[in-house]
Amino acid sequence: MARYALRFTALGYLAALLIVPVGLVARRAFADGIDGFWTAITTPEALHALWLTIVIALIAVPMNTVFGVFCALAIVRRRFPGHGLVNSIVDLPLALSPVVVGLALVLVYGRTGWWGSWLNEQGIQVIFALPGMVLATIFVSLPFVVREVVPVLREIGDEQEEAASTLGAGPWRTFWRVTLPAIRWGVAYGVVLTTARALGEFGAVSVVSGRIAGRTETMTLHVEERFQSFDLTGAYASSVVLALLAVGTLLAMTLLRREES
Amino acid sequence: MAIEARNVTKCFGDFTALDDVSVEVASGSLTALLGPSGSGKSTLLRVIAGLERPDRGEVYISGEEATGVSPQKRGVGFVFQHYAAFKHMTVWDNVAFGLAVRKRPKPEISQRVAELLDLVQLNGLAKRYPAQLSGGQRQRMALARALAVEPKVLLLDEPFGALDARVRKELRAWLRRLHDEVHVTTIFVTHDQEEAMELADQIVLMNAGRVEQIGGARDLYERPANEFVMTFVGPVSNFGDELVRPHDIEVSREPNGSGTQATVDRVVHLGFEVRADLTLDDGREVWVQMTRGEAETLDIREGARVYAVKARKGR
Repeated sequence: MARYALRFTALGYLAALLIVPVGLVARRAFADGIDGFWTAITTPEALHALWLTIVIALIAVPMNTVFGVFCALAIVRRRFPGHGLVNSIVDLPLALSPVVVGLALVLVYGRTGWWGSWLNEQGIQVIFALPGMVLATIFVSLPFVVREVVPVLREIGDEQEEAASTLGAGPWRTFWRVTLPAIRWGVAYGVVLTTARALGEFGAVSVVSGRIAGRTETMTLHVEERFQSFDLTGAYASSVVLALLAVGTLLAMTLLRREES
Repeated sequence: MAIEARNVTKCFGDFTALDDVSVEVASGSLTALLGPSGSGKSTLLRVIAGLERPDRGEVYISGEEATGVSPQKRGVGFVFQHYAAFKHMTVWDNVAFGLAVRKRPKPEISQRVAELLDLVQLNGLAKRYPAQLSGGQRQRMALARALAVEPKVLLLDEPFGALDARVRKELRAWLRRLHDEVHVTTIFVTHDQEEAMELADQIVLMNAGRVEQIGGARDLYERPANEFVMTFVGPVSNFGDELVRPHDIEVSREPNGSGTQATVDRVVHLGFEVRADLTLDDGREVWVQMTRGEAETLDIREGARVYAVKARKGR
């Protein structure tokens, strides 16, 4: 009996907080029927926003994955001065509000910023352009792979790596043949979380993008812009697309995992 | 000498794991590094393998200086206490790993792996993953993997430490047979003196980062260099002012020359062996070992009055 009560409470809580609101968004998206939904998500602005979101994720996620794996290896396997500092700095993006991240990037890369003025002379625009949005996304989604991989590395220990080295494998081969396969699910979860964060990022990207519809608008920015323009169908329809992207990522990994076992 | 460690010192922070240790291992021999935990025996093995770099001292393998050589290039086989199996690879791929790294031709790899799996009696399990094997099977796989690359020396770090008593005994006998077959110079680490005495040609007894004595099982048991060796390699009893083996105390019902009179406090029957706790008349306590036959002849029982004397042989 107590078990059912617990289950009911858990489900009820999830329903009230997550399932019902998201479900209502989906329902509202189709308020004008399939045609309305389709028209809303195929406007040039919506399509460009979708494209831009995917491009940013395709740059930010691999970069954070590579960085995350090597950073985790450094944290777990190496002892170096500043070890503790690196370990805590990695968590900074989790603690910092994305808006602050955006403002910080403007200070550094903006037209009058530290490096921004020099970059501008070279004809490279960072803020209000794709590079700035990628930077902001990388910044906010930095810790996920590191945080997923560190405990896995700790758990597997370094015996397998030592065994590989006594069998004649160099560091590079040991990494590809032994370490990476052993941590692959940690990396995979990290990638899913990073992707979800990259797709959903709003605050930091909002500050650095300048929010020019059809040029520097990602899906999240587009949703908000539609909402502010009283185009509720447009806002909800794009929200559904955004949600589908995230669900798709999760699903892809679940399927991969099933195939594995 | 197949392996030589010369004046090796290794510290971890304030802790001195190895303190000026020198050990020589003859080619083709089976040597045990024996000692309590924290004695430095595993560290010495890891220094020989190149997995730890000594602070001072040198390591020679087959007469060549190997101190700065990476484990990758040392040509040693290493077997870990917890197997260190590559969990995502099949038994076959685990064993083939070292050969694949060396880019040996495919047919040669297949042949060698098949031979090794035969040797360690795992031929039916080639397609299994380590998780589907028992502890003993995993350790045999690890051994085959280490032997695949034809190492100059085989190093085993508490190879049976994680196994239960029965499997441990089986694997022990099996390792001895394997060594007689393969003849690769082998060093293994253990904290179990029985294991060391049963398997090894030579025992290096270590304590607190130093070598206490090097010798065969009988040397250590019968001619221990000091009190630590005496206590570590076998049972001891305090008799009078000295340490003796409890089976080197003769017990009789009749006065026997210089024997001290004593009362039996307790008798424990352990099958072939019988143990008795005695209180000498001067108040000191001593325990003795005898065979079942001796105990029956003496009719030893609680409360009995006996005479105890140190046997002439021994220390």
